[in-house]
Amino acid sequence: MPMIEVNGRQVTAREGGTLLDALRRAGIQVPTLCHYEGLPPTGSCRLCVVEVEGAPNLVPSCSFPVSEGMRVQTHSPRAVRARKTIVELLLSNHPDDCLYCAQHGNCRLQDLSEDLGVRQRRLPGSRTRLPRDISSPAIVRDPDKCILCGRCIRACAEVQTVAAIDFTGRGSGTRVDTAFGEGLNISSCINCGQCVMVCPTGALTERSHLDQVESALQDPDLVPVVQVAPAISVSLAELFGEKPGRDVEGALNALLRRLGFARVFDTSFSADLTVMEEASELVARLQGAGPLPLMTSCSPGWIKFVETFYPDLIPNLSTCKSPQQMLGAIIKSRFAGIQGIDPARIYSVSIMPCTAKKFEAGRSEMLRGGLVDVDAVLTTRELAELVRRRGLKLGDQAPEPADMPFGRRSGAGKIFGASGGVTEAAIRTAHFLVTGRELEDLTVEPVRGPEGIKRARVQVGELELGVAVVSGLGNARRLLDEIREGRRDIHFVEVMTCPGGCINGGGQPIGTRPGAITARMRALYRIDKGETVRTAHANPAVRSLYADFLGEPLSGLSHELLHTHYEARTPLR
Amino acid sequence: MNRTVPDILAAHPGAGRDALIPLLQEVQEAEGYISRAAVAELGTHLDLPASRIYGVATFYNQFRFQPLGRYHVQVCRGTACHVKGSLGVFAAIKRTLKIEDGETSRDGLFSLEVVSCLGACGLAPLVAVNGQVHGEVTPESVVEILRRYRREGAVA
Ligand code: SF4
Ligand code: SF4
Ligand code: FES
Repeated sequence: MPMIEVNGRQVTAREGGTLLDALRRAGIQVPTLCHYEGLPPTGSCRLCVVEVEGAPNLVPSCSFPVSEGMRVQTHSPRAVRARKTIVELLLSNHPDDCLYCAQHGNCRLQDLSEDLGVRQRRLPGSRTRLPRDISSPAIVRDPDKCILCGRCIRACAEVQTVAAIDFTGRGSGTRVDTAFGEGLNISSCINCGQCVMVCPTGALTERSHLDQVESALQDPDLVPVVQVAPAISVSLAELFGEKPGRDVEGALNALLRRLGFARVFDTSFSADLTVMEEASELVARLQGAGPLPLMTSCSPGWIKFVETFYPDLIPNLSTCKSPQQMLGAIIKSRFAGIQGIDPARIYSVSIMPCTAKKFEAGRSEMLRGGLVDVDAVLTTRELAELVRRRGLKLGDQAPEPADMPFGRRSGAGKIFGASGGVTEAAIRTAHFLVTGRELEDLTVEPVRGPEGIKRARVQVGELELGVAVVSGLGNARRLLDEIREGRRDIHFVEVMTCPGGCINGGGQPIGTRPGAITARMRALYRIDKGETVRTAHANPAVRSLYADFLGEPLSGLSHELLHTHYEARTPLR
Repeated sequence: MNRTVPDILAAHPGAGRDALIPLLQEVQEAEGYISRAAVAELGTHLDLPASRIYGVATFYNQFRFQPLGRYHVQVCRGTACHVKGSLGVFAAIKRTLKIEDGETSRDGLFSLEVVSCLGACGLAPLVAVNGQVHGEVTPESVVEILRRYRREGAVA
C-alpha cells in the first residue's frame, strides 16, 4: 500500500490505483466532469488537475497513477486557478438560461461555478446556437448546453453497447450527435435514459409529459387514473431531501389523490398479473410450446435492443406486455366496464422510473381500437416537479392505501423494481404451477444483489431450471452472444435495461449519493419480507380478475389484452 | 470500372478498425461521397457502430455525406486566394446556391467543396467547376459563372 502526502497529510493509497481514487477514499474533494466511475479514465476535461511535487505541469488526478512518497497539493492557487479557467471557458459558450433549465438547482456546472467562485462572465466567447433534438419520444437533447464531457457517449456505448451517439466534427465544431445527425428517434437509441442520468448539465432531459398531465387533471370531462411502478415509493423521498431507501408508499398515494387523480392504482398489481401470464408461458414453453430460453419483456429499452441488435432472438421474448401496459389495458377495459365509463374519457397516467416507458406507451402495437392504454408517463423526477408546482409536500401527507381492486399487490410484484425480482417472482409461481406446492423458502438468494450477471439453478418439480438475470445491456449482450452460440442450459432470462434494474432507471433522481441504489434495493426486499401475500398467484385481486373477467392465464381475452408482438428494426446502428 | 462498397470490402478481408480511414477514402473515391448504406456496410465489416464511423469521418474535412452534384464547385481558400478576396467569392457562392461546404443543392445540380490550393495561384482567386478552372473571379463574376452552368444544366 503506497503512502502519499496530500496537503501535508499522510494518505494510504491502493496499489495500482489512480490518484483520484486515493483522494476520494481519503475524503478529499477534487471536482471532476469527464470521470466515469467504473470505466477507464479518458482524462479529457482536466478539471481534476492537482499539483504533484516534481511534475512540471498540473496532472489530471483521475488518470494519474499513485506512487510511493508522492506529494500532492489539491488546492494550490495554481490548481484552483486552472480549474476556474476551465469552468469559465465552458461557460463562455453556455446559453446562461439557468432559470429556464430543467436541471436548474441540480446541475454540476452550476455547482462547479459556485464552488470555484465564478461570479462574472469573464470570457465572452461567440456562442453557438444549435437546434434541439426533439425527435425522440423519450429524450430531449439540447446541444447548446452540452459541455462535451463525453459521459453520455460512454453510458450509451460502453455500459449499454448501443452507441447511438458519438463525438462528431472537430475543434470548436465538435458535437455529440447521432450518425448523419439524423435525430435520436431514427437512430439506434433504445430510450433508456442512462445518458440523462450521467449528464452534468441540462443538455439531456426526458421528454416531459407534465403539461399535458396538468391540463388533463383540470379537465372536467376526463377521469384521471394513475398507476405507480414498484420502484417509485423507495426512490421518490430522495428528491425531497430524505436519505435513500425510505419507503413512502402511503404518503405517495395521498399525494396523488391531492393532485387530483380519481383512482390510484399500483403497477405491482399488474406485475403480479405479468407473473401469472409469464410463468404460465414458461411452463408451456418447457412443454415444447415455443423456443427457450424465455426472455422477459417488462423493460422496453431491452425490447427495442433485441428488435434492433438481435432480431433473430425475437421469438424468445415473452409475448407478455409490460406491467405498465397490462394495467393500462385493464384500466381501459375492466375498470371502465365496472364503472360504466367510456374508455375514451379515462386519462391514464403512469409514474415510472423510466424514460423508455414513454416510448413504450406510444408503440403502435399498444393501441387498441385506435386508443392508447397509457396516455402519459411521468418519471420519478417529473412527479416530484408536479408535486412542487402544486405547492404540496411529501412529508405532510398521512399515509393512505391505494384504490381497490388494482391497488392490491403481493410482495412478488413489488420486487419487480430490482434486478432479479421478476425472476424470483416467476420462480415462486412457476413452482406452484408445476408442483401444486409452494416453495419451502420463497427467497431466491442467488438472483438478488447488485451484480450485473447472476445465474442460478432452481429445482422446480422434476426439472432443474436454469436462470440467468442480467441488468445493463452490455451484460445482456454478453449473455445473448452465449445463447446465439448455442448455450442450451438456460431456460429463463431476465433482462433489465438499466444497471441494477428499475431502482436505477433513467427516470430516477439524478446525482444520487453513493449507495442509494443498494438502499433502494434493500427497501424493496424488506417490503416483500413483511408482506403476508408474497406470491402472485395468491394475490386475491389477481385471482378475482381471472375468475370474473379474464378466465385463466393465456386465455383468449388475456391474449387480446395482455400480450403483444415485436418487430425487427433496421436503424443505422 | 465502378467499384461498389462490397467490392472494396472484399478486397480487404479481415480489415481491422485501424483500416477505417483508408476504407472511407476508397468508398468516397468510388461513390463520390459516404452514404448511409456505405456506413452500414463498413460497420458490419469492421464491427464498428455507425455513430463512431460518422464521428471519425466528420473529423476530417475530406469526407462528404451527400452525393456530388452535376456541377461540383471547388472554391479555393488557400493563402493566395484568401489574400485576393476568396472569402467574398465563397460567400457569394453559398448565397447563390444556398448550400454550405460539403453540401449538395436539392435539385442535385450543384455541390460545393472548399479546397486549400488548386495549384494556379497566379490566377487567384480561383474556382473550379468539374475540374475546369475559372481564374480571377469576383463575387459578381462567380454568380454569373454559376448562372451559366445552371442554364446549361436546365437545357441538358
Ligand atoms: S437513451 Fe440510452 S440508448 Fe438512447 S442515447 Fe441515451 S444512453 Fe443511448
Ligand atoms: S450531453 Fe451532457 S453528458 Fe453528453 S457530452 Fe454533453 S454535457 Fe456531457
Ligand atoms: S475528471 Fe480527470 S480529466 Fe476529466
